[in-house]
Amino acid sequence: MRPRTITSAAAAAAALALTACSTPGGDDESVPGVTDDTVTIGTHQPLTGPAAAGYSTISAATAAYFAYVNDNGGIHGREIEYIVKDDAYDPAATQTVVRELVTEDGVFAVVNGLGTPTHSSVLDYLDQQGVPDLFVSSGSLTWNQPEVYENTFAFNADYVTEAAALTQYAVEQSPGAKICVLGQDDDYGQGIIEGVEAVIGSNAVTEVQTYTTSAEDLTAQIGAMMAAECEINVLGTINGFTAMAVGTAAQMEWFPQWYVSSSGADYPTLVGYLGEDLAPTLLQGMVSVNYLPFSPDGEWVALFERINEEYNDGAPFTGNTVFGMSVGYLFAEALAAAGEDPTRESLVAALESGEILGNGILPLSYSADDHAAYRGVGITIVNEGVQDYVGTAYEVASGSVTPVEPSPVPLENEGIPQ
Amino acid sequence: MDRFVFLISAGLARGAVLALFALSLVIVWRAARVVNFAQAAMAVTAVYAAFAVTAATGSYWAGLLTGLAAGALLGAAVERGLMRRLPAHAPLPGIIVAIGLVMMLQAGLAIAFGPEHRPMHPPFSERPFLIGGVPVLSPYDLFTLIAAAAVMGALALLFGRTSLGLQLRAAAFAPETSRLLGVRVPRMVTLGWALAVATAALAAMLLVPTELGLNPHAVDLLFVNAFAVAVIGGLDSPIGALLAGVGVGLLVSLVTGYASASAAPLAVLALLTLVLLVRPGGVFSAKEARTA
Amino acid sequence: MKIPLRALLLTVLGIGATFGLDPFRNYQLATVAACFAAVAGLTVLVGLTGQLSLGHAVLMAAGGYGFAFAASAVEGPWPLALLVGLVAAVAVAGLLGLLLGMAAARLRGPYLAGLTLALVIALPSAASTLPLGADQGARAPFFAVPEALAALIALEQWHAWLAIVIAAVAVTPLVMLRSGRAGLRMRAVLDDETAARLSGVDPGLVKAGAFVASAVPAGLGGAILAIATQQVTPGGYGLAFSLLLVVAAVVGGLGSIGGAAIGSVLIVFLPWIVDELVAAVPSDLGQRLDGNLAVLLFGAGLIAMTLAWPGGAARLLDRLRAARPSRLATPTTTTER
Repeated sequence: MRPRTITSAAAAAAALALTACSTPGGDDESVPGVTDDTVTIGTHQPLTGPAAAGYSTISAATAAYFAYVNDNGGIHGREIEYIVKDDAYDPAATQTVVRELVTEDGVFAVVNGLGTPTHSSVLDYLDQQGVPDLFVSSGSLTWNQPEVYENTFAFNADYVTEAAALTQYAVEQSPGAKICVLGQDDDYGQGIIEGVEAVIGSNAVTEVQTYTTSAEDLTAQIGAMMAAECEINVLGTINGFTAMAVGTAAQMEWFPQWYVSSSGADYPTLVGYLGEDLAPTLLQGMVSVNYLPFSPDGEWVALFERINEEYNDGAPFTGNTVFGMSVGYLFAEALAAAGEDPTRESLVAALESGEILGNGILPLSYSADDHAAYRGVGITIVNEGVQDYVGTAYEVASGSVTPVEPSPVPLENEGIPQ
Repeated sequence: MDRFVFLISAGLARGAVLALFALSLVIVWRAARVVNFAQAAMAVTAVYAAFAVTAATGSYWAGLLTGLAAGALLGAAVERGLMRRLPAHAPLPGIIVAIGLVMMLQAGLAIAFGPEHRPMHPPFSERPFLIGGVPVLSPYDLFTLIAAAAVMGALALLFGRTSLGLQLRAAAFAPETSRLLGVRVPRMVTLGWALAVATAALAAMLLVPTELGLNPHAVDLLFVNAFAVAVIGGLDSPIGALLAGVGVGLLVSLVTGYASASAAPLAVLALLTLVLLVRPGGVFSAKEARTA
Repeated sequence: MKIPLRALLLTVLGIGATFGLDPFRNYQLATVAACFAAVAGLTVLVGLTGQLSLGHAVLMAAGGYGFAFAASAVEGPWPLALLVGLVAAVAVAGLLGLLLGMAAARLRGPYLAGLTLALVIALPSAASTLPLGADQGARAPFFAVPEALAALIALEQWHAWLAIVIAAVAVTPLVMLRSGRAGLRMRAVLDDETAARLSGVDPGLVKAGAFVASAVPAGLGGAILAIATQQVTPGGYGLAFSLLLVVAAVVGGLGSIGGAAIGSVLIVFLPWIVDELVAAVPSDLGQRLDGNLAVLLFGAGLIAMTLAWPGGAARLLDRLRAARPSRLATPTTTTER
């Protein structure tokens, strides 16, 4: 043992003497992740583990959209390389893979990192490294703090906004109805409860129930809501639990009105859970909010369906597909606006310029002092197996809800930003 | 009161499934003196077999039988192919192999079937009967209870009244002596594994239709809770698994109903701690082995 | 004095090695150091007293939370914050370890495993019930590179230094404990509780003490992770991670500190290496393979290693066999000298 330790000690001393690769300094001029013909970006997504069921299709859709853009000449002649790292929805894994993306893969930006607990664990790190942290895939308010995290931009409409809009619509449609909430036991459910209370006051909520994703049973919760004679149930649930809530209630012969956050109201996904036969009946009249162009007969869906066929092996077309491709489109739009020779600074500046519109039913609200993506959401309703916007939209600002006119961003140049 | 009755009835069927899975852990413990950490992954693999057959034939019952057979085969194969190759009397390598097996099975299933939830439809209605306006037990819940009771009864008969059961018990308790008496101990151990995983597969098949759907991780929590149940009841005790299973099922339902869903794991932990402090070998532990 | 000296030498070596590594590798090195501290505690616990804990991730989390809250509360120079944080990590993890140890002293193998497993599962619930920041966890203070070193080393390297030093501080007393009288008592209890009791050793006390001795380095491991990632989340200390710690201890060879180091390197790097290998495979096979293939291969590797590798696992067997009152009573335990 002894001689070997001495040799390695000598080797270590030699290493000390050398200026090794870990030493800081030596700034070169090149922009991380950008070459003459490529732009490399990365993301962290749950591709394995229990959360994979709900989310693993998002990054595939984003990648498919980028493949489409690349096949059509890329952005300013550069192809977008999208590195998807699996974090299994485990914050410890997120920390590792994001560091790998930044230091090993040298990504230009992190795009659409998914999940509140996961992404919060790398928020400070990305900030310290000055890496643009774009379009975080979660409705937490955390991502909109431009004064603290100047490079972090949200994507989802936040949960409070969604719940406030849903509740406003509920109050307008059925005044005096008993409103209840079923929420996930984390920031998602919290945000939904907050939004409901912002509109009707905390005393006016008839019943609040929570669930945890690890226990796949809502019998007790739905039973309590039924006993409380709830008429309108606002759900802060992910898709599987929305289906389970609706299904469990139906088994008890209970058919209240369902008002569901966009994270748990994707019709095709819900049909997958409830079955083709039951879903149209059970989900008839389900109210939800959204901000992305998923109208079945819209031009964006037509384009995305084509891309999905051609570049995503015709995977099932769901809300995740629209979400993932919309994220891709938004990044491409921002990259195009960042100029012929994009830098991290020009990318962030482009986003803050107010000229980035996205592809939603309302233009994006990014500016220098606002990094929330969608301030407004539109009401959607399921009718005879078709989920679509009904023309009502609300903007939510500091607790007050105001109706606005939807103004969808039109599709231009085959969905390839220039 | 209505609410209490409702929560009790909701907890009962879940408790039966828990008890059944805990029983499967007890069987493998009694047969081989190991806790099979891969029981959930093996069970869910069997459920996928059932799912595939039901999808192909349209018959729930063909699927159920396939699932049981697949579970038994998988149990026997894992014992013969992996566990037997590990030295006896050291539990840890078995645990590590089981962890590796969990990774392989769950990843393999996700590759083969995708990570999404596949809806599995129950053979009976899940619509509860209304008794005095309170929804209690659905036909499917009754089916679950009856199936669980039948299997437990059959296993009790097997272990208590048949010569095969006697050999199984003998092989587990005194392998050396049994061998001398002509019991084929290795065969008994394999049989124990097969029985255990088939039982676990049944529990999983009863559970999945009431959950989000079939997914490689659909049975994970059942295993964890069932492990707690088996420990509470005493790892050697089938009757302990039964009673503790129903008890924990009721506890989880009541805590979820009266407190919150996130309090349930804490309640299970508290119960487990309490029981172990009073009875370190579980409620129905056999007499403590000599400790001076 | 031999042990502290060797520890010092290894620490200096480790710090020297950080110069040869790029930032990401240094981050991984800090992770290895954190796992090493926890696995060292676990391996001594399981190897010497036979108590199987599946809950060491929770002890790490306890240390992490203790560190994060205490160090954040300190207004003052960073070394003070660091020190206070570490003391808190030791205190919180040690206390939890004591509670567990008192329960564990009465329990046998699988019962203790069941209890610790339930503990891991309850962690997220505890985090949302107690004021621990729910699933987003607690933020730990950020330790920037001291100015004197700022020109020389990068942040990750600095964190790796801290990690190595803390791991050394965590593990060295454990090694001394193990080779001293306490280690003898532990072995005596594992060998034969009755005999140990007859010679004046209280098995309950030894077992509980071993649990505390094992919890403290685990807590410091949690503190290391908190330093390297500036965050403590319940999700990061789930069942999968807890089981990986057991994997590291067993694959490395139970009871062996060197084995703990090997095991820790393995659980940090093996998944990553497999992932890299898989990434090199053309991805025509469909997106379902993403991530899953790596997990599958890691699982297969674990099984193959355990079945075939006569290293770690075999040593445990020798020891356990030697411990049984049967034929093989020859003391293989002397290898530690």
